[in-house]
Parts: sequence; structure tokens; C-alpha cells
Amino acid sequence: MATRVLPSPAVAGLEARPRARSRVARKLVAHPAAIAGALVLLAVAAAAAWAPYVAPHDPARQSLVRRFTPPAWAPGGTLAHPLGTDQVGRDVLSRIVYGARISLLVGVAAVAVSVVVGVTLGLVSGFAGGRVDVAIMTIVDVTLSFPQLLLALAFVAALGPSLVTIIVVLGLTGWERYARVVRAEVLALREKEFIEAARALGVGWGRMLLRHVLPNTLSSITVMSTLQVAQAILQEAALSFLGVGSGGTHPTWGQMIALGRDFVTVAWWLPTFPGLAILVTVLAINLVGDRLRDALDPRTT
Amino acid sequence: MTAFLLRRLVRFLVVCVGVSVVTFAILHASGDPVALIMPEAPKADRAVLRRALGLHDPLPVQFVRFVTHAARGDFGQSFFHREPAFRLVLERMPTTLTLTVLSLAFALAVALPVGVLSAVRRNSLLDQAATVAVFLGQSMPVFWTGIMLILLFAVHWRLLPVSGWTSWSSVVLPTVTLGAFSAPLLLRIVRSSMLEVIGLDYVRTARAKGVPERWVIWRHALTNAALPLVTVLGLQFGLLLGGAVITESVFAVPGVGRLIVGAIRQLDFPVVQAGVFLLAMIVVTVNFVVDLLYVYLNPQIRLR
Repeated sequence: MATRVLPSPAVAGLEARPRARSRVARKLVAHPAAIAGALVLLAVAAAAAWAPYVAPHDPARQSLVRRFTPPAWAPGGTLAHPLGTDQVGRDVLSRIVYGARISLLVGVAAVAVSVVVGVTLGLVSGFAGGRVDVAIMTIVDVTLSFPQLLLALAFVAALGPSLVTIIVVLGLTGWERYARVVRAEVLALREKEFIEAARALGVGWGRMLLRHVLPNTLSSITVMSTLQVAQAILQEAALSFLGVGSGGTHPTWGQMIALGRDFVTVAWWLPTFPGLAILVTVLAINLVGDRLRDALDPRTT
Repeated sequence: MTAFLLRRLVRFLVVCVGVSVVTFAILHASGDPVALIMPEAPKADRAVLRRALGLHDPLPVQFVRFVTHAARGDFGQSFFHREPAFRLVLERMPTTLTLTVLSLAFALAVALPVGVLSAVRRNSLLDQAATVAVFLGQSMPVFWTGIMLILLFAVHWRLLPVSGWTSWSSVVLPTVTLGAFSAPLLLRIVRSSMLEVIGLDYVRTARAKGVPERWVIWRHALTNAALPLVTVLGLQFGLLLGGAVITESVFAVPGVGRLIVGAIRQLDFPVVQAGVFLLAMIVVTVNFVVDLLYVYLNPQIRLR
């Protein structure tokens, strides 16, 4: 699911000629860090997709005799539980594997919500202009003035914690960047003579959109949405750390860290490994996103 | 310039109204807050609470009442502490602001010198190390950073307390945690705006005049490179307050963030609203002041 991020340079290349597309591909390949990020991302996505086959144990199975088993390499550890077990004897590795599902799902879905809302409002703002434009840009100002996490926290709590609520709330607190880019592009286009000419010839707004606005903003949107997936994963983790998680039965990384915090003096591995999972996943996305930005940014070519 | 200031002032006021709308909406997002607060209560009890909270009035009436009361600092009594919600928030505000300002200072103390040096010595070992650190820092969840610091400095080496906000030593870990959250972005901004500036003609002129290199970088270049940083600092403040909410929860710091998180779990809406409103107003005001500062610092706008 997160792997869908990868083909985007090719998609963004639609706007460019074939030669430019291969240049983007070459720029991407020339950087080992980005490649490593992509591979890690692929691995995490695969682990999430085939969690029942990847996880060595049932993530919910408890075992009182195996409580607080340390990781395999520490004294007292066993290979049966490579990353140890928690306070009720559940396998930490299996829980991390299942946790990847929620993190990736929320990350990608929240960004999808943001992109749809942002692009739509950006288009409306740019094309309608006047009062509508002022109103939408005021909404942007207002959303930017709230500590994002706090707002998400308050609304998730008021609406009742669920996966859908989290996705929608995180999606609704991150759309302003897309609205700004699309709006700016529309405003710039409205000034162009060829657009006026096209309009005089009777070309409709819909066609204008598909042919001119979206292709010109696609690379910015690709880069921004990739990087936003990373942020959304961090935000989801923060929400579930603070106890307003998805409310589901499956463990999330944030919840695991919150639980681990209570046992930090006796079982260091409990908060450490889920955090490492977040760090590695988010880092991988950031590396890919950053490289995409450099590869797609016309200023550096 | 007056027109510019006036426009900013209008925007400031409009955003204030917007903040009130959103804060108001928190209570009504669920449809029926009373059902949320007391799900198993008999109908008669619910009606009493509904009347007590003024929820029987039409929404616009409620909103006007909310705004007029909020303007006077009245958000109602907390459902759980027998105290006005606003006072609860105000009492904890100094702690949160101290944490935020200290963290920002710490982040700047790291980001400014390292950012400038890595721009000046581009691709040096320092620059590469800084880039790696920025990537790692931006990918770490704040609460996890905090717990890892606890693990090392409080549990393993026993140098600092695990939590609390009583002594100077207990301030260190929360400050470093929150500072590490904001330093990567600041460092990035400093480095990139520094890189932009040191390629400009006036910097070359200064060098050609024989101005010492140290003076060129820290005086001529940095003053201009700092301009984007000022804008970002305003935006950072909101992010930092959000980060403070998490940091306070990790270290059990008695600030507004921890109060709000607790209130959200208990569905103590007056406290949630008062806290969110006050924090948002601080962010709005800080950004307004930053806008003014920007005008003052930027002669291109000031002299128009």
C-alpha cells in the first residue's frame, strides 16, 4: 500500500517528455539512501500485508510463564521470542508486525483525505476567487493556528476513537499545503494568455484543469504527500500513545510504547522496539520523499 | 505600510473568531455531548444537565454566549475539579510556556551554529553528520525520544530524575526532548537560507572589501539569513506547544498539555475548551507579533 508511493516519479513524469522522465529515474537511482529507504518501505509494507505469515506468534496470545522475556541476545532471552515478550507474555515482534498494518493504513488513508480536500478547496479557491477565496484562505489560517495534535486529540475524543475518526481527523488537519499549491497554480494560470485564448475558443474549466493545473502541480503534490505520510504515521503514534487510539483490538506502535513506558525500569525492550519500528518506517519514507523532491524539483535540474 | 499593518490586524481578528468557532465545535462534534458525558443516566438527569449547560438553546445563541463568556475568560466549571476551567488552565500555563521557551532556546542554541557552519563548510564531515542527524531527528516520535532519554539518563546512569517538574535537574530531560523535536527543522532552515545568502553579491563585496570572514558570515550573512527563520519560529511555536502536550505526558510535567490530555480522557469539556482556546490564542498572537517583527526587520516592507 505504501509502495504505491514509489511509482509516482513515473506518474509525475507524465508532464515531462520521456527524456525528462528517465532523468528523474536516474536521479533517484543514483542515491543509495533513497534506494535503501524504498527497500525498507517495501519490506514494512510486505510484512504488514502478510502479517499472519510473517509474525512468529499470535500477537494476542498471552503466557504468564513467559512474561518479560528479554530479547534473544540478552541473558535469559530465547530465539522463540526474538524481541522478547511484554508484561503478559505476548510476543513483541509479532505485535510490531501487526502494528505496521494500522500505521501504514492510517498514514496513507489520512493523506488521501488531505489530498482530496486540499486539491478541491485549492481549485475552488483559485477559480472562484473573491469572497470564496478569502473564506477558504481564512480557514487555512485558522487551522494553522491550532497545535495540530491538540486539535486532533480533542476531536478524536469527542467523536469517539475509531480508525475512521483518526483517518478523517488527521486528514482534515493537513490539507492546507495542497490547497495553497493548487490555488497558486490556478492563479498563475489565469493570468496566462494562452488560457485566455483557450477560454475564448470555448475550452471548459474541466479540461483546463486536467490539461494544465493538475499536471503542473502533480510533482509538488507527490512530494508533499509522501512526506505527509511520514508525519501522519508519527501523529497516529502520538494519538495512540496518549490513549486516544483506534480503539481496535490490534496493537498499535504508539500504544505499545505507552505500555512500555510503565515498565521502563524493568523491561527496556518494551518501549524501545516499537519506537525503532516507527523510526525506521518514517525515516524510510522521509528518505524517499526527500529524494523525490530533489529529483522532481525543476529548479535543481 | 499602514495598509499592510491594517490587513494583518483584520486577519488577526478574523482568525480569532475562527479559533472560537473551532473551539466551540469541539463540544458539539459528537452531536449530543450529554449522551457522551453521561451515557447511562436516566432521561430526567440528562435533561437537567442539558439545561445546566445551556444546550437546549439554538446553536447560534449558544455560540454567541460561548464567545462573550470566553472573552471574559469564562469557560464554565470543570466537571471534575470544582474550579473554573479557565483558572485550572491559567495556573498551569507558566509551566508549559517555560518548557516551550526553554526548548526553543535549546533548539536554537544547537541549530544556529551547526546550521551556519554546515552551510559555510558545505559537504564537510560536520555538514554530513548534521544532515544525518536532521533526518533521524525528524523521523523520531517525540514521546519515544523522551522515553529513550529516561532509559539512558534516569534508569541506566541514574543522573537525572525520571519525571516531575520540581528541581532544575528534572527540567533537563523534557527540555532536551522537546528541543530535539524542533531543532532539525530549524537547522534545515538556517542551513538553506544561509546557503542562499552566502552566494549573493553583497557577501562577495564584503569579502572583497577585506571584511574578516568571521564578520562576513556571522554579521553580514546571518542577519539576512535570519529573516525566513523569524517566520518559521512563529509556526514552530504552534508545533512546539503540540509537542509540549506529549512531552508533559511522558515526563508527568504539571502543565496545560497534561491537564488537557487528562480532561480529554474524562470528557471534561470546559477544561478541554479552555485549554485548546488559550493555546490557540497564544499561537495566533505569537504569529501576529512575528508578522510585525518581520515588517520591522525587513526594510523591503518597512520602507514601502
